[in-house]
Amino acid sequence: MNKIVLFSFACLLSAYTHAQNISVKGNIKSAEDNEPLIGVTILEEGTVNGTVTDIDGNYTISLPSPATLVFSFVGYEPQKIKVTASSVLNVILKQSQNILDDIVVVGYGTEIKTQVTGSISQVKAEDIELTPVSTVEQALQGKAAGVFIEANNGKVGAAMRIRIRGSSSINADNQPLFVVDGVAINTTYVNDGTYVYLNPLNDIDFNDIESIDILKDASAAAIYGSRGANGVVIITTKRGKQGAAKITFDHQFGLSTPSRLREFMNGQQYVDYYTQAAINAGEYDFANNITGYDTEEEAIDKYLNNVEKRFDKMAGWSDWRTGEVDVDWQSYAFQQAVSSTTDFSASGGTENFLYYTSFGYSLQEGIMLGNAGNRLSALINLDAKLTPKLKIGQTLNLARSINNDIPDDNSFQTPLQIVAEPGIVPFIDTVTGDYTNPPTALYANPYADFQYTKGEITTFRTIGNFFAELQLLPSLTLRGEAGGDITNLTQFYYTSDKSSIGQSSGGLGESYSARVQVFNSKLYFNYNKTFDSVHAINFTPGVEYLKYDDFTTIVEGTGFPNEKLQTLASASTITNGSSTISYYRFLSYFARLNYVHNNKYLLNLTGRVDGSSRFGANNKYGFFPSASAGWIITNEKFLKNSTTLSFLKLRASYGITGNAEIGNFNYLGIYGVGSYGEDPALYPSTIANPDLTWEKTAQTDVGVDYGFFNDRLNGEIDYYIKNTSDLLLDVPVPATSGYSIQTQNIGKLVNKGFEFVINADIFDNDFKWNTNFNIAFNKNEVTELANGQTIIDYGASDFMNVVMVGQPLGVFYGAEFAGADPDNGDGLWYVNAPGGGEETTNDFTLANYVIVGDPNPDFFAGMSNSFSFKGIQLDVNLQGVYGNDINLQGDFFMSSNASQYDNQTVDQLEAWQEPGDITDVPENRLLFDNGTQSRSSRYLSDGSYLRLKNVTLSYTFPSATIRKMKMNNLRVYASSYNLYTLTNYRGWDPEVSTDAFTDNVYYGLDFYSAPQPKTVVLGISIEL
Amino acid sequence: MKVIYNIFKHSPFTTHYSLIFILLLTIFTSCEDILDLEPAQSISNEIALGDDESVKQALAGAYDYLSVSSLFGGEIMRNAELYAGEGEILWVGTFTAPKEIFQRNILSTNTDVSGLWNNAYIVINACNAILGALDVVNEDDRNQVEGEAKFLRGLCYFELTRSFGQQYETGGGNTQAGVPMVLTATTGFDESSFVTRNTVEEGYAQAIADLTSAESLMEDENDFYANSSVAAAILARVYLQMGDYANAGNAADRVINSGNYELLANIAECFGQEENTDEDVFAIQISEQDGTNAMNLYFAPTIYGGRGDIEIEAAHLALYDPSDIRLTLFEEIGGSTYTSKFNTEFGNLPVIRLAEMYLIRAECNERLGTSVGDDPLNDYNAVHTRAGLTAASDINVDDILYERRLELAMEGFKIWDVKRLHGTVATMNYNDPKLIYPIPQGDLDVNPNLVQNPGY
Repeated sequence: MNKIVLFSFACLLSAYTHAQNISVKGNIKSAEDNEPLIGVTILEEGTVNGTVTDIDGNYTISLPSPATLVFSFVGYEPQKIKVTASSVLNVILKQSQNILDDIVVVGYGTEIKTQVTGSISQVKAEDIELTPVSTVEQALQGKAAGVFIEANNGKVGAAMRIRIRGSSSINADNQPLFVVDGVAINTTYVNDGTYVYLNPLNDIDFNDIESIDILKDASAAAIYGSRGANGVVIITTKRGKQGAAKITFDHQFGLSTPSRLREFMNGQQYVDYYTQAAINAGEYDFANNITGYDTEEEAIDKYLNNVEKRFDKMAGWSDWRTGEVDVDWQSYAFQQAVSSTTDFSASGGTENFLYYTSFGYSLQEGIMLGNAGNRLSALINLDAKLTPKLKIGQTLNLARSINNDIPDDNSFQTPLQIVAEPGIVPFIDTVTGDYTNPPTALYANPYADFQYTKGEITTFRTIGNFFAELQLLPSLTLRGEAGGDITNLTQFYYTSDKSSIGQSSGGLGESYSARVQVFNSKLYFNYNKTFDSVHAINFTPGVEYLKYDDFTTIVEGTGFPNEKLQTLASASTITNGSSTISYYRFLSYFARLNYVHNNKYLLNLTGRVDGSSRFGANNKYGFFPSASAGWIITNEKFLKNSTTLSFLKLRASYGITGNAEIGNFNYLGIYGVGSYGEDPALYPSTIANPDLTWEKTAQTDVGVDYGFFNDRLNGEIDYYIKNTSDLLLDVPVPATSGYSIQTQNIGKLVNKGFEFVINADIFDNDFKWNTNFNIAFNKNEVTELANGQTIIDYGASDFMNVVMVGQPLGVFYGAEFAGADPDNGDGLWYVNAPGGGEETTNDFTLANYVIVGDPNPDFFAGMSNSFSFKGIQLDVNLQGVYGNDINLQGDFFMSSNASQYDNQTVDQLEAWQEPGDITDVPENRLLFDNGTQSRSSRYLSDGSYLRLKNVTLSYTFPSATIRKMKMNNLRVYASSYNLYTLTNYRGWDPEVSTDAFTDNVYYGLDFYSAPQPKTVVLGISIEL
Repeated sequence: MKVIYNIFKHSPFTTHYSLIFILLLTIFTSCEDILDLEPAQSISNEIALGDDESVKQALAGAYDYLSVSSLFGGEIMRNAELYAGEGEILWVGTFTAPKEIFQRNILSTNTDVSGLWNNAYIVINACNAILGALDVVNEDDRNQVEGEAKFLRGLCYFELTRSFGQQYETGGGNTQAGVPMVLTATTGFDESSFVTRNTVEEGYAQAIADLTSAESLMEDENDFYANSSVAAAILARVYLQMGDYANAGNAADRVINSGNYELLANIAECFGQEENTDEDVFAIQISEQDGTNAMNLYFAPTIYGGRGDIEIEAAHLALYDPSDIRLTLFEEIGGSTYTSKFNTEFGNLPVIRLAEMYLIRAECNERLGTSVGDDPLNDYNAVHTRAGLTAASDINVDDILYERRLELAMEGFKIWDVKRLHGTVATMNYNDPKLIYPIPQGDLDVNPNLVQNPGY
């Protein structure tokens, strides 16, 4: 009865209000440039009645009764205006000044940046847009404090090394965990060994990225438990925003050249240098009675005969004596490289349905011969509100990448190894009519091999996540997510019988395919409530399951009838066929509690329990807790009215995270499977360690977030100590046991460092200049290894990188080079006897090894500047590292005073010639190791550099002009990448670490590594 | 906790909760055992040595390791030629490790030296594990399996001892350091894992004990795997290296007398074959599907799939009579001469050819004035005339050694003959400290009980 009465009343009321309809219309502009704002939401407060502004910034809304209108727009301060009657209401919105009020993405949720107690760097789309690169990490370089990013080399799609606050592990992976739209993606490099590792982030079009949040300290990363020790990079793609459809079109076109070149001897210089080297060698041999020649003439003749025979061979059909040919071989390693990217996107939506969809094509030719890649990608992000309490949505990132990869740096087929050929080697062998190859050429000719080889890696990548979020109570939601990352890779490889690899087998072909799949599901609650308006609680408990599987298949064959038939169907012999399967699982329980008291005192507690199939039976589960606290001092009464200091927060955190990136079955004692004489065979491969478990990193972080002058000047300062213990260490064991290593949890290392960030709006008038500067100092030290062990010198390799107690990871340990003996031209080393002085020796074996260099930089920094005046904008981004050494192992061949027949760099012309000569280049003695031993500081070079990473000059047309063209925005620009590099580095490019030996310890190595590209592009951005 | 409890009590969604928690429970409690996975490409220790078939496969695994590049896949033979190659061959490649060996200026970090050390001990450990698991092997095959494991172990100890220890001196005490003798399988690490070096005498004694036992345990035929003649052939080498000519000659005689092998009419057919030839006593099996051929890699020029790192000098070619058929086993390409013995990338690599046994028997008989098996002249002529040369009527020890130098050229004998005959390499005496390998630095770092050789 009551209900019926009420209902009738309500109907009456509605009829009444309908009659009293209020109509409001108007125009909304931006305070900054007085331009109309499109897509501003106008909402009747407390209802779902609303609209958005059109292309001219106009709106109309009907209200049933007097009400308050809320005008809101992303990046602008909302305004509320009370309306009592129909009227024209023009509104001017101000851009929100308080940039610290941004949202940051944390694991399983978001937080308000001002209330965050952990250390998180955020990079937004606008900070990296227009950068002429193909992957997100390249664009991130120098943008986030404490995040060290370096390309292995300048090959297209090359893997990148990312270190967040230093390396925390010796043998387990040091790359951070990547989470894309909630899915912990696969970053396993899939490869069959023919080609270099491709970067698993290649498949993400960074124009689709909204923000990148980098969780650096334990408080932020502990929610990722045993996978968080290296930090976590959370990538969030763009989603639709309420409002009119927004369509964008971007196009870029550019050219790349090598950033730097090296200078080599020409043909005549080579002949003269090696002839002298032969004479010197004869004299030296006779004087030291090495071979036992009777006279010096006999010795010299023998060496001259050898070298001239060699010149004859290298010159082939030509006459080296007359300088008939002189080839600049280095130039053949490179190619003219064109790049272009094109992106379309459309986005928008209503209150109940939002969409973002994009399509992009990118083509990147590499600067190295034969290197190219392209990517087609699409992103579909949908959000739907099915009922007021149920939201669902999905992310679907699809990509197809095709890469024409080139073999790794240690392969004769890598283009840059072509520099070994002396200028007297003709480019074309007129006898065969083909490109010169051995025996005329010194080595297999990469230029020839490129002509006869076809290799292509095609990757289909799907990263998707489906979610449903149920509002259980106003303060409680339940969110379920089911996502995955599936990589399907096929590699085609064919090299004909004219190439160096295929010539002995009648051509060689390979087909490799791999599927890597990650399924990642989770379910978590979020409880968010403020009690008595001062106690804000946010509680997030949940469970997560991650399932990883990979499958590979490889088939190889030889004997192809002709070059037109390249698939294995035509191979006369199948020489290899194999398939593998591998997998791991994680099962996890996590919870996070945030408590904010009166927006002044902040507390965060996080815990995660991880179980993993990778750990030994005795240690299947681990617990990773963290706690952090913050104090927003500017919200205290005594600072609230400060005009200078607008924001000040102190924060501190402590927590434990883990690293579980070891092999999938390292804890088991296992026999590997092989074959002998095509019979199946088993052999002992790993010795058991049932105690094996994750590494633990305990991190303490204290930091200050500050803002001055209404946050026009703001930034962060952090100090951290990361103590890693129970290192997953491949402990060397006596080889006499039949094993060389056992993976044990042993040893400790520490990373300590400072990070400073300053952002400033220096000018904020018609002329704007804002700048961001960040710098990070990290000191890494290995503090403990296995009992009694002070050094791990893996295989005692020439790379010199060792793990040594008391030293940073991977320091260079070898003989200290002392130049040439002024008296006789012998290469000298410092003896470096314990307690000894400056004594030198020409006997390499008498030189004690000492620390001769460190591949880790003392600090690295980045600076972004944005200058704008009217529509003109100039962005200048600098990036640099300081204090690291690079070991140029390739110089053992190309800069080693004629100890090899390889063509030499021109600096070797400074070799010692007569007594009294002071030089760093010992006497050139043909094929003698005179001061050329590879484990020597001779091959080190300072790797510090400062680089003009990216400069972009753009012009945005005035709105009035482009509106006539039915556009919302039109921008044209010219941009460059690696335009200028300031460095004393002796090699090609100081941003390098060879892809032939990718390892945590083998680092800072240059071995015929491709230099970085220097790219210049022109581009246009249109928004409809 | 109270807050959450209240929500449950008063929420209209209580049924949702029940559903969700049932879902949670079913998903995540049944997940416990999903964390226990077994690898797909390898098997655990227990299974690998748990039955007859597995132990036999583990034995094939030991051969697999014996055939790696660092061992009989070629580097043992290549290094024996490089080490004493001065004047006859020329290393022109870029790899540091072989270059150091050729220049007799080896660093303790040499990767080929550590490759030999590490891989030989992998074979030894595999053999020790097999010898500890014989009781699961079918009784009929047990002796054969035991014999093969001992053969492989004895062979490895012989190679290690003569590579890392000074030459065995006939009649001497031979107390100079050899290599550690490890005779039990590794299951974990304790004090006893940090072994010390045994003497050269002990190394040879172990090799002889293993090979002698192996010869008596094994059948006389066993496809391309080891049989009693293979063990006898290695024994002949061991005794020859020791200067024990009586035993060496007898062992060689047993191989020849087995009747299982015969000299091929054409020496060129001894190399690069898909199947063992009648002359092969033992050969490493290499096919397109399986095995690596390091001899091809270094000796063969690029057109035959190698790197052409080792060139033959005129001085070596001058050793041959112009009518010697063995001269056709060299080929000049682009002004450089290479051996053609290893031109087939996917062909077997002979380790012991019957010709070697004839030459050993001849040498021993000639030295001792005996004619075990046959007269030394006949044995000599068997090899000599096959090379297209006229039969000799009168020979001495030097003739036999000269024949050996030509017949077995580039097959891995040079340094060992220099040592046992007390010769020189350029200006270095056979017992120069630089003519034995350094103990690998990596193992010295790990095991303080190991002592480095003098001179390193």
